[in-house]
Amino acid sequence: MIRAAEVTAGDVLPPLSLRITRADLVRYAGASLDFNPIHWNERFAQEVGLPGVIAHGMLTMGMAVRVVTAWTGDPGAVLEYGVRFGRPVPVPDNAEGALVEVSAKVAKVLDDGTFKIAITAAFEGKSVLGGATARVRLP
Amino acid sequence: MALDQSFIGRTYPPSPPYEVSREKIREFADAVGEPGEIHRDPEAAKAAGYVDVIAPPTFAILISMKANEVLVMDPELGLDYTRVVHGDQTFVHHRPIVAGDRLVVTTHVDAINSRMGNDIVSVRAELATESGEQVTTARSTLVARGTATEEQA
Repeated sequence: MIRAAEVTAGDVLPPLSLRITRADLVRYAGASLDFNPIHWNERFAQEVGLPGVIAHGMLTMGMAVRVVTAWTGDPGAVLEYGVRFGRPVPVPDNAEGALVEVSAKVAKVLDDGTFKIAITAAFEGKSVLGGATARVRLP
Repeated sequence: MALDQSFIGRTYPPSPPYEVSREKIREFADAVGEPGEIHRDPEAAKAAGYVDVIAPPTFAILISMKANEVLVMDPELGLDYTRVVHGDQTFVHHRPIVAGDRLVVTTHVDAINSRMGNDIVSVRAELATESGEQVTTARSTLVARGTATEEQA
């Protein structure tokens, strides 16, 4: 587990590659009780003007924070976490799914000794979570 | 149609308690790919200083989203929920959510705006124990796409 004394502003966290498949969407729908058909029904998604089934923004958000929890070693260290939902992540009906690349760095050491982490998540080179930040407390 | 501005500052009555279970935490951790035993094994969680398994950072959404239905479905507010998308989401954890928590949610309307033809509602869900201990503050904006322009057309 990383300790506060080892961390300075500008530090880069180990990046994360997320592969999101249709099976992940179904599993997340069940776990989160978000059954919006745009996340599992191709016909419905196209009828409402989407290119096809898209990932839950909350799934992308929930997976992306692993870049922080894997680094802290304690998910309870995350005191705050926020994102803006940008462009959707279409998830094709194949084994590869969609690839989301997540990176993060220590943006700032705050006055109370906690750390602000800036997170980026990109699909096909374009940001899918805007202004994503977490605040963590380290031992 | 522009939404009724008098809803700004409104607070809905607290939800019935949501009882957080070890199994739901495990399911949610599986779904977002959080590998830690701290979400699955009470002994591992206790060794890390928690009373029971803790929820992943975004778990609160399943409690806050359900509670926010009182607002989304409120016919007096008139939000067209078939056009609602999630604009942003923030969680502030006053402490981690743990298995065994019984959480009541109070939903507040913090702001109502119209931008670029969309109605935007800023909602704050306060999750607290039944005895009033603050656990998580979940803020979200709900964007009803195109509903503000339709009236002008």
